[in-house]
This record gives sequence, C-alpha cells and structure tokens, in this order.
Amino acid sequence: MPVLIYTENSEGKFKKSTFEAVSYARAIADQNNTSLTAISIGNVSAGELQNIGKYGAEKVLNVSGGKLKDFVNQAYASVIAEAAKKIGADIIVLSNSFSGRGLAPRIGVKLEAGVIDGAVALPEQKDGKFTVKKTAFSGKAFATVELTSANKVIALTPNAYKIVEKGSAAAIEDFSPEVNASDFKAMIKEIVRSTDKVSLPDAEIVVSGGRGLKGPENWGMLEELADVLGAALACSKPVSDADWRPHSEHVGQTGIAVSPNLYIAVGISGAIQHLAGVSSSKVIVVINKDAEAPFFKVADYGIVGDAFEVVPQLIKAIKEYKALA
Amino acid sequence: MKALVCISNVPDTTTKITFTDNNTQFNTNGVQFILNPYDEIALARAIELTEGNGSVTVINVGEANTEPTIRKALAIGATDAVRINAKPHDAWFVAYQIAQYIKANPFDLILTGRESIDYNGSKVAGMLGELLDIPSVSIIKKLEVNGNEATVEREIEGGKEILTIPLPFVAGTAEGVAEPKIPNMRGIMSARIKPLSVIEPVEVKTFSEIIGYETPAPRGQVKLVPASDPAKLVELLHAEARVI
Ligand SMILES: Cc1cc2nc3c(=O)[nH]c(=O)nc-3n(C[C@H](O)[C@H](O)[C@H](O)COP(=O)(O)OP(=O)(O)OC[C@H]3O[C@@H](n4cnc5c(N)ncnc54)[C@H](O)[C@@H]3O)c2cc1C
Ligand SMILES: Nc1ncnc2c1ncn2[C@@H]1O[C@H](COP(=O)(O)O)[C@@H](O)[C@H]1O
Repeated sequence: MPVLIYTENSEGKFKKSTFEAVSYARAIADQNNTSLTAISIGNVSAGELQNIGKYGAEKVLNVSGGKLKDFVNQAYASVIAEAAKKIGADIIVLSNSFSGRGLAPRIGVKLEAGVIDGAVALPEQKDGKFTVKKTAFSGKAFATVELTSANKVIALTPNAYKIVEKGSAAAIEDFSPEVNASDFKAMIKEIVRSTDKVSLPDAEIVVSGGRGLKGPENWGMLEELADVLGAALACSKPVSDADWRPHSEHVGQTGIAVSPNLYIAVGISGAIQHLAGVSSSKVIVVINKDAEAPFFKVADYGIVGDAFEVVPQLIKAIKEYKALA
Repeated sequence: MKALVCISNVPDTTTKITFTDNNTQFNTNGVQFILNPYDEIALARAIELTEGNGSVTVINVGEANTEPTIRKALAIGATDAVRINAKPHDAWFVAYQIAQYIKANPFDLILTGRESIDYNGSKVAGMLGELLDIPSVSIIKKLEVNGNEATVEREIEGGKEILTIPLPFVAGTAEGVAEPKIPNMRGIMSARIKPLSVIEPVEVKTFSEIIGYETPAPRGQVKLVPASDPAKLVELLHAEARVI
C-alpha cells in the first residue's frame, strides 16, 4: 500500500523540514516496495510542487486555495485522512513541526492509527513488528515504540533525517476533498512573522546566550555571531523571564527543543532543564568563564574564557575563515 | 465557565533517567514524581479564567500513586478532581478515557499541557479534539476568553498565529499562558477535603507499545581551545566536526 507524505508549506514555500520528511517517507516506501504520494494543501505554485518530486514522491495531490488557504488543523486533518483513504495509504508521514503536532493526533484518531511523534530514525520492520525510535524524557533518552495498528502516522523530528535527492519530476494532480463546514470553527485573525532571519526550530546552527551576558544590551555581539554563521538565536529561561529576549527564543525543557548540527552556548551554565532542550544537537560548543560549569561535561568543544573577549575574537576568526573559503 | 484541566504525573525535571530489565522498563526507583510543568500552566490559567464565575476540574488517568499530584492540583486551586483508575498506556488510551468522561460531563474549556515531559508526545490535546469533534490547538502561548469565544496565540516556525475559536475547544498550553501558582496554606488544608472521585476505565484497543529504551551515546571528552585562539575552534568546527 502506498505511503502518503503531507508536505507542509510556509507562505507557499516548502521548508527544509518538509524535504527531510519527503526523503524519510521515500525510504519507508522503499522498505515496503511501494510508491510515495504527497499531499500539499494551500497556495503553492506548480514549480514549487515539482520540487517534491526531486526527493522521491511520484505524485502530488494538490489541494489549493479557497477555505483551505490557511492552516486550520481540524480541516487539514480531514483532508489528509481523506487522501489517505482515497489512495489506500496505510503509512502517513509528516514533519513534527508546530503544525504537524496539531495534525498527527487528529489524523491518527480518524484513521484509527497508532501515532509516533518525534521519530528520529527510520522504522524497523522485522518479524511482523513495526517499530520506530523517538525521543523521550525531554532528550534524556530514546524510546522504541511498536505500532500494532494497521494504519500508522509518523511525525519526523526536524533535523533528524538527512535530505536525499532521489527522483525527478512529480505528477501533479488536483485533489478536491469534501470539506465540512464544522471543521472551520477556529479562524486565523493574524499571522505575525518574527523579523529573525533564521527560524529557531529549523535552524542548522543555533547561537544561544545565558545570564552570563549580563543584560539585553549585550546581545549585539551574539546577533553578529549568528549573522556570520547564518544561525538562529536562542537563550536560557532566565534570560527570557527577565525579558532580555522574547519567550519564543527560550530553549530547554519548558521552551523549544532544538537539534541543530551546531549549538553554541555562551554564558549558559548547562542546568539539566536547559540541556533537556539542546542535548540532541550534533555538536555542542560552550563558551563560559567558569571551567567548572556543568555544560562542559556535555560539550564537544569548549573555550574557558570571558564571553566579552572571546565572542568578538571568534566573530573575527569566522569572518577570516569565510573570506578564505 | 466550567473548565477541565488534564494533568499528568511525571518524573521531576532533574531526575536522572535510567532503565531496568534489559532496558525495557523505566526505573522509577527513588524518582520523585511531580505535576507536569506545562499542566501547572494550564491549571493556573484555568483558575484565573474561572475566578468568581465557574469551576476547574482536574482529571488524571493513573493508578492510586498519582494522588499526591492530584492533591497538589487541588491545593493550587482546582475545585474538584477525577481520577480514572488505570495505567496511562499511551496518549490514545488517555485521550479516549478522558473523552468518554467529557461526553458524559460537558465542559466549556478543556486544557492540557503542550506535552508531558516524560514521553513528550503532544498528542492528548489533538486526540481529544478529534474524539469530541471540536477544535484543538496544540501549542498556545496566550489564551483570553470573551463570552463564548476565545482568542489564542499559537506558536509557528518563525512567528506566531492569532486565532479565534468558539467554546468548547481543547488547547495545549506552553510558557506565556500563565505563571504557575504556588499553593498557600489554606489551599493545602482545603485540598484534603475537596472531592476526588475515582472512576473505572472503559475498555479500548491500544495501538502502540513501548518495547525498549536507550540513553544517548555519551559525548566524548570536551576538547578545550585556549581563549586566546578562537581561530583554532573555527578550524576544528570546519575540518573535524564538519559543521561549518
Ligand atoms: C521546572 C523547571 C523548568 C526549567 N526549564 C528551563 C528551560 O526550559 N530552559 C532553561 O534554560 N532553563 C530552565 N530552567 C532553569 C534552569 O534550572 C537554570 O536556572 C537556567 O538554565 C540557568 O540559566 P543560565 O545558564 O543562563 O544562568 P546561570 O545558571 O546563572 O549561568 C550563567 C553562566 O554564565 C557564566 N558566565 C558569567 N559571566 C560570564 C562571562 N563574562 N563570560 C562567560 N561566561 C560567563 C557563569 O559561569 C554561569 O555558568 C528550569 C527550571 C525549572 C525548575
Ligand atoms: N495520564 C494522563 N492523565 C491526564 N492527562 C494527561 C495524562 N497524560 C497526558 N495528559 C495531558 O496531555 C498533555 C500532553 O501529554 P502528551 O500528549 O502525553 O505529551 C499533558 O500535558 C496533560 O495535560
């Protein structure tokens, strides 16, 4: 039975996490010797839809415009479940983005499917068992979950699976689902885009600051560091609690969990609740003036020193490296 | 307004996570269990929104050992509590039990935490919404209620979305919705006598089973670079770690 991938877009463009999910879904389809169909909802251009083919989907069901122009999870879940039924898909893949977390459980209930949220690896299928590894205990462990239902919904953690280019153009087919008026009770009034250049949950590099930076006026150097690296900014909880930075930048157990390729922590002690949100980063760099700071125990690279001296020099060194590259 | 807050009983945030039985069981030995931090936020907001004109019921799917956490929620200010007497097998099982209860006892507003800090599923809110055929929002940063309609702020990648939703609906609360409340002496005293009803679960098929755990591979020893030589760090990040 085919695999269905929901390809989430942001203002008509697919995000990196979407292509990761397509690549992941392609690999699942290959495991099962079957085809991969994508479903896109919202106003996405034909050219952009073609991109899905590059990552291995043979076909794209395109639901455009009208009432479904904006994301309403109740309605989108109905459309995705309907598409799954139409093509007979038994595995539905999506990204565990903010919207994905709203959709996956609703699709799961509609299809009587077991749901894996936050998958970090491809499913293993042997001896009639279907298991998937996911994060648990706020990054302190992984759990392997067996799905025992016929239908399965898998939401992939961003940055956990590498994009693979495989395939060519996808056939685009218009899909006009039944829409139920009662699915549109929630209404979007406004979307506020932050001015950040790189969005934190998707970022490949994150530059994060803690209380060691003393005050909001000192964030200029972190902004510059983020800028030269093409990184997103983050902070520890006390920093956002004190309103030095917006709450949307707070990472950790009670904030956003990130898993970038590179996490640079400046003036952050490395409390267990902070680590819960960042410990699945691939490489961790810590800059702290206290050699005993717990963060060094989980870091790959560290500089023991005063951030106010180290960061400007680091910016200079990166600029020199970029000039050479 | 009648509000329902779903609460879970989770290992304290500082717990060292270990496993037993060949990594198939979470080791609860010596682990302190607490009210899920996000559920504390949901509870605090529900209390604020119903002050003087309504009630807050807390509900938990759990065995008798979760009662201290339920009493804590009552001490913080919930009006009454319900415990569905069963092991919380998975999010689907939990949502199904709670949905059955809500169908028999309707509420205007149903809040959960954005996720439980043990399995981090973020699933119960959406499943409840679907089971009850009402709207759900998975992660909200702000919640205002005006008569029969609420305004919520939802987090999205690179910004936020502001929505209006008619009651009843389900929402998962995150930081920003309210400051957690600390129980006072009067709350602690009254928590002992507030109603806590225990009901038996209904039968339902489950779809998932945790079959094993692992802890992340420990990182190697940190490589320290002298503060005087950040260029060395850049070189390592490029040539060795290959991240820039
Ligand atoms: C239930 C609960 C949930 C929590 N959730 C979170 C969460 O999600 N995220 C989170 O971050 N925290 C969370 N916390 C708080 C957490 O326990 C820590 O208090 C917090 O992470 C500390 O932030 P910090 O490292 O910025 O500050 P501090 O602990 O004050 O550390 C500052 C660090 O800066 C260093 N420093 C000082 N000056 C300099 C300098 N000039 N140059 C270089 N280094 C310098 C110091 O050596 C120190 O290590 C939570 C706590 C609880 C109880
Ligand atoms: N056993 C439970 N009993 C009642 N509510 C729960 C239970 N488990 C989870 N919840 C609620 O669902 C939210 C999300 O949990 P989860 O989907 O498991 O991440 C939690 O913050 C709680 O509000």
